[in-house]
Amino acid sequence: MSMPFYVSPEQLMKDRADYARKGIARGRSVVVLAFEDGILFATENASRALHKISEIYDRIAFAAVGKYNEFENLRVAGVRYADLRGYSYDRADVNARGLANAYAQTLGTVFTTEAKPLEVELVVAEVGDVPDDDQIYRLSYDGSVADERGHVVMGGHAESLAVVVEKEWAPGLGLKDALALAVRVLGTQPEGEARPLAAAQLEVALLDRARPRRAFRRLTGAALEDLLPGPR
Amino acid sequence: MSPDPSGRLPRAFTTPGNSSFLEFLASYSPALLPGNRILPAGNAPVAPHATTIVALTFDGGVVMAGDRRATMGTMIASRQMDKVFPADDYSVIGVAGTAGIAVELVRLFQLELEHYEKIEGALLSLDGKANRLATMLRSNLGLAMQGLTVIPLFAGYDLGRSAGRIFSYDITGGRYEEHEHHSVGSGAVFARGSLKKRWQPGLGQDDAVSIAVEALVDAADDDSATAGPDSAREIWPLVATVTSAGYRRIPDDALSGIVAALAATHQRSTGRGGDAS
Repeated sequence: MSMPFYVSPEQLMKDRADYARKGIARGRSVVVLAFEDGILFATENASRALHKISEIYDRIAFAAVGKYNEFENLRVAGVRYADLRGYSYDRADVNARGLANAYAQTLGTVFTTEAKPLEVELVVAEVGDVPDDDQIYRLSYDGSVADERGHVVMGGHAESLAVVVEKEWAPGLGLKDALALAVRVLGTQPEGEARPLAAAQLEVALLDRARPRRAFRRLTGAALEDLLPGPR
Repeated sequence: MSPDPSGRLPRAFTTPGNSSFLEFLASYSPALLPGNRILPAGNAPVAPHATTIVALTFDGGVVMAGDRRATMGTMIASRQMDKVFPADDYSVIGVAGTAGIAVELVRLFQLELEHYEKIEGALLSLDGKANRLATMLRSNLGLAMQGLTVIPLFAGYDLGRSAGRIFSYDITGGRYEEHEHHSVGSGAVFARGSLKKRWQPGLGQDDAVSIAVEALVDAADDDSATAGPDSAREIWPLVATVTSAGYRRIPDDALSGIVAALAATHQRSTGRGGDAS
């Protein structure tokens, strides 16, 4: 019979974190930007059906990077959570903070107790009546939550892309400018010029402050092409 | 809300493979389902009742209208009740029967459609929606046997066929597709007589709205539980259309014009009124 080696808790957690981080960095980045009339989500995604950005509830949307089966599961759980809450109380009582907490507990529990951490990173965003009321929560694989102001980049080379966004983002952007910035950031390469991205390579959606009830709207096809910056 | 001691989302939430909110609720929190209540024997006490709903198809869509009265025995329980609701962007549901249960049924049905749409990323077909409603009614049969009946009328724009369609139901959950027009509720018989005379193929939207209002006026004429348009309080029937552009509620000022025009026609035909032409 072989004796298991002693592994210190620090080492155990570090190994898990490294494992999750590696899985997340493998995929394409998602950019979330607050702008004047709502919150914009954009990612490079050639699939028309397997979404990384989705609607959760009237004013709440979800974006994820990492393993598809794992974040898809969390997305469905979020829709169920929100719909059940709205049905038991009222539609106005469903908010992003409650959902972010539920996700954080789930991610944290899985990280510490299960065989393998979830290789996902999420954003839960809620659009308010005015830009100051917008909420963007970023959740990591270990259950940590960050309340972000204005912009988030996750997945891929998130850290270097975040520097670009940090430099160029300003409150009160228009939709066109916000989309141009998002596309520029997604196309940024470690070296050399930014790649131009066409509408067919992008998955873009927004939480539109002006829409009466369900604020979530996908931008596809001609509507997206009209908004994209022209050929350079 | 979460019985799991760690505070994580319960297993039922992360179980894949189900896009129905109804089935999720039945497995996770069945007490919240309206049909799952066990009632003591005996008749249910008097509760508010919703009355007449009419629907008819026109060229490129369907219109549904409901009066605004709820009755409780011989008393008027409400003058401003809404009985016609958008089920989703391309369908509309009207309800007659026990108001409390009817409104809960509508809320659950709206949520069921939206839940499916969000999880699957696609709309249910119109037949799929109609069948879902039948399933929900079937689970209400126990309450219906005790007198708490709900009879919905469902209509929508079929994106596949590019036409408006109407579905009626019975209390056992039977689903029947209606052609041309249909009405449910206490004034349905009188409304149907009116619809039968006035409906014709190839109607335009404005004519269809006017015919729907006229059918409700005729029903209110003979049925005490149905309210006609109330010009003094400015309470108009609730009229909604569904076309390829989606659900639209007809605004009150348009309805007041339609009601005034109907009244004028009626006065002329009976030879009354101040119009000395």
